[in-house]
Amino acid sequence: MIVLQGLSKSFSGVKVLDDLNIEFGEKQITVVMGRSGGGKSVMLKHIIGLMKPDSGKVLIGGIDINALKKKELNEIRKKFGMVFQDGALLDSLTVFENVAFPLRQHMKHSEKEIEDKVYSILADVGLNGQYNKMPSEISGGMRKRVGVARALILNPEIMLFDEPTTGLDPVMSDVINNLIISMHNKFKFTGIIISHDISGAFKTGDIIAMLYEGKIIESGTPEKFQNSSNPVVKQFISGTMEGPILI
Amino acid sequence: MNIILVPFQKIGKFVLYTVEELGLIAIYIWESFISIPQYFINFENLIDQIIFIGMDSFYVVGLTGLFTGMVLSLQAYYAAKIVGVTYMIGPTVALSMVRELGPVLTALMITARCGSSMASEIGTMKVTEQIDALEVMAVDPYYFLSVPRILAAMAMLPVMTVLCSLIGIIGGYLVYVYFLGLNHVTYIEKIYQYIELKDIYNGLLKSVFFGAILAIISTFKGFQTTGGAKGVGKYTTQAVVLSSVYILFADYLLTSILF
Repeated sequence: MIVLQGLSKSFSGVKVLDDLNIEFGEKQITVVMGRSGGGKSVMLKHIIGLMKPDSGKVLIGGIDINALKKKELNEIRKKFGMVFQDGALLDSLTVFENVAFPLRQHMKHSEKEIEDKVYSILADVGLNGQYNKMPSEISGGMRKRVGVARALILNPEIMLFDEPTTGLDPVMSDVINNLIISMHNKFKFTGIIISHDISGAFKTGDIIAMLYEGKIIESGTPEKFQNSSNPVVKQFISGTMEGPILI
Repeated sequence: MNIILVPFQKIGKFVLYTVEELGLIAIYIWESFISIPQYFINFENLIDQIIFIGMDSFYVVGLTGLFTGMVLSLQAYYAAKIVGVTYMIGPTVALSMVRELGPVLTALMITARCGSSMASEIGTMKVTEQIDALEVMAVDPYYFLSVPRILAAMAMLPVMTVLCSLIGIIGGYLVYVYFLGLNHVTYIEKIYQYIELKDIYNGLLKSVFFGAILAIISTFKGFQTTGGAKGVGKYTTQAVVLSSVYILFADYLLTSILF
């Protein structure tokens, strides 16, 4: 269980997270939606310990990760996989080496075992035959899929997705959304997706939450979210200019 | 009133910036070195860096040493000729190369070649979230990126300094014998007579410090990078300039202590 308690974070006096409280259910996919620049990525970076809050707690399985030493935090991080917005693949390594990287760092597998695992997960994400390409030689959609494969290779308990469909065409976005669903069905991870892709959120999310002005203002099943009476949520779903959301 | 205050404000800002920067570098050094006993040293990365800093820098360091030795020989000749001590050209070239120019020029050339590369490579990784990705994968980026570079620079700078000094002395010899037409035995004999092992050791000790400085500053600046492609350029420039300045400053300090 991941719990964010009273999380606040400011940058240069601007409050990005403001006493944020949310619980992410185990083995569920929670999609956190919100405006661009609204603090979604900041929230995600707090969950994985890349940022420290000004106040509040991030509890992973009841442990406050901000109270941990670096090495203890790294042990917790082994439970996580994260897919970055632009893939964040190591650009000096091939697709194969990128996916094999966590295995080489943390497991004592033979080269044959590493090959088998990498080929298997790359097949799962539909990237057969792309093993020796460099990240610069593949498309944005492929990079995201390599990112998904790399994040899943250690079979993590928790998967974080930072805007997985941003910058992709609608067809490729659907491919990525279906990939997330099929990987969730196969690996049964707890998923947190941050996105502003409405249709993708309704498709992938068990729970959808809305982050606005540093707080979670709505959270519930896709049906509940869609029928929300909150004017901010209504405006966000309808995608119109008119409404309470300040531009 | 403002005209009086502005210079003091600028001095104050500069002092605060310098103190903060030195503090951050001290923390960075601590965090980098504390990661060494926590993990096994990444030998693959270390060997890559040894090749990059060492073997791949051979031509640039060799050419620098060669021309410096040749120029030294020529310049020393003009001065020595006046007082009739041309036999001292060999020791002049050798001592200058071994004690001073070999370590400093090698460090500056490797800063330009490898320090800039370290800063821009790590900087690009920072702005494209590759450093974040390493952290998320529970890989300490200092252990993975900084430590191999720092250790490789500390190990290879003395080796490259030896080569630079040796090639410089050979360059001086070529000018002494073939351009100035002086006796080659004198050149070598006088070097043996005047140069001491202490000169060589101290020169090498300096180069170890220079290696540490250039790699620490360059990787540190890489990790500080923000602001996309422009930021990478800015912090790479800072890395090269700061490393060079710190090397020259350390050179003065070490020379006054060691010799």
